Amino acid sequence: MHELSLAENVMRIIEDEAIAQQFRRVRSVTLEVGKLAAVEPEAMRFAFAAVTRDTLAHGARLELIEIPGQGCCADCAATVAMDEILALCPQCGSGRVRVTGGDRMRVLELEAE
Amino acid sequence: MCGTCGCGQPLLKPLQRKSAQGAVQYRAIVPVEAAPVEARRIVVERDLLAENDALAADNRAFFAARDMLALNLVSSPGSGKTTLLVRTIEALKEKAAMAVIEGDQQTDNDAARIRATGVQAIQINTGKGCHLDAGMVGHALQQLDAQEKSLLFIENVGNLVCPAAFDLGEAAKVVVLSVTEGEDKPLKYPDMFRAARLMLLNKCDLLPYLSFDVEQAETYARRVNPDIEIIRLSATSGEGMEEWLNWLVDAQQAVIADAPDNPLNPIFPSPMQGEGSVVI
Repeated sequence: MHELSLAENVMRIIEDEAIAQQFRRVRSVTLEVGKLAAVEPEAMRFAFAAVTRDTLAHGARLELIEIPGQGCCADCAATVAMDEILALCPQCGSGRVRVTGGDRMRVLELEAE
Repeated sequence: MCGTCGCGQPLLKPLQRKSAQGAVQYRAIVPVEAAPVEARRIVVERDLLAENDALAADNRAFFAARDMLALNLVSSPGSGKTTLLVRTIEALKEKAAMAVIEGDQQTDNDAARIRATGVQAIQINTGKGCHLDAGMVGHALQQLDAQEKSLLFIENVGNLVCPAAFDLGEAAKVVVLSVTEGEDKPLKYPDMFRAARLMLLNKCDLLPYLSFDVEQAETYARRVNPDIEIIRLSATSGEGMEEWLNWLVDAQQAVIADAPDNPLNPIFPSPMQGEGSVVI
């Protein structure tokens, strides 16, 4: 359930931005979530609702945008799309595919007032 | 529209006009939130783990400055991490300076077991937290009497899911899998086995009494992480311990030698972790 820590990080970013950008309420939060980021969207929604309760983001809508996973084969150097962490290289069949993208999460934007 | 009576008038205008005339009592009974404020779109583009990663980089610099080898030990609860550490410390006590950072939700039982060996142990209680993060380790480092060229074992909270996502600044993650668990754990928890450089297959003295398929477990681990190193051992009987101790000594020597192509050099992250990846 590390989604709770991640949701706390989202809240910290919102609070920072609230000071920097001078807003008092958040209507929606858009998060980019990599397909390989080991985050369960439902757990993230649950944690977000819990963490934002009675804060300036109370009741804010959470938009999740999935970013596709991307890898690079360590054997044939092909750049490949990765749907899961256990993907094999479609070019050469190697299991040594390194994750090069879609393993991170970031707050993309906020709608605030 | 007006949030009070639904009259269709914007609330802000009459309020401003009234307050300009000094009618403050009217202003006071209308809740501030009812005013229809324009929502703004604010572009943030900030990584959720950026703060953790920055603190992990601080820890990594702390270790590098002192030629310390820091290892992040991860596993399910009950895999035998603490017993393994106690035996490791007893075996290496004369050869190397060591310290332990213990992560548990509650109690300092594990730290007490480590301290009984005479080695410094700092307990971190995460409370409800399911993993250690780089900030917690950074705080622990402030309390640590850090010795140059020492080994630092960071025993993470027993959990095969969450600790995989949090870089602590370690040179490598070492995952402990005990043979009393299922051999398919690497497939069930691929993120952790992928993030680890070494897998210790612990409690091998119990194999005669179990149906655990060692070859299968190793095949699964390599399917998830083709580069993973594997050592079979038993902290209780001592079998395989020598190989593990040699691995530690070699890793520590490599850190001290500061070889730039050394994969355990603390300035280089694990190759399968994707830390050098394109940030989405």
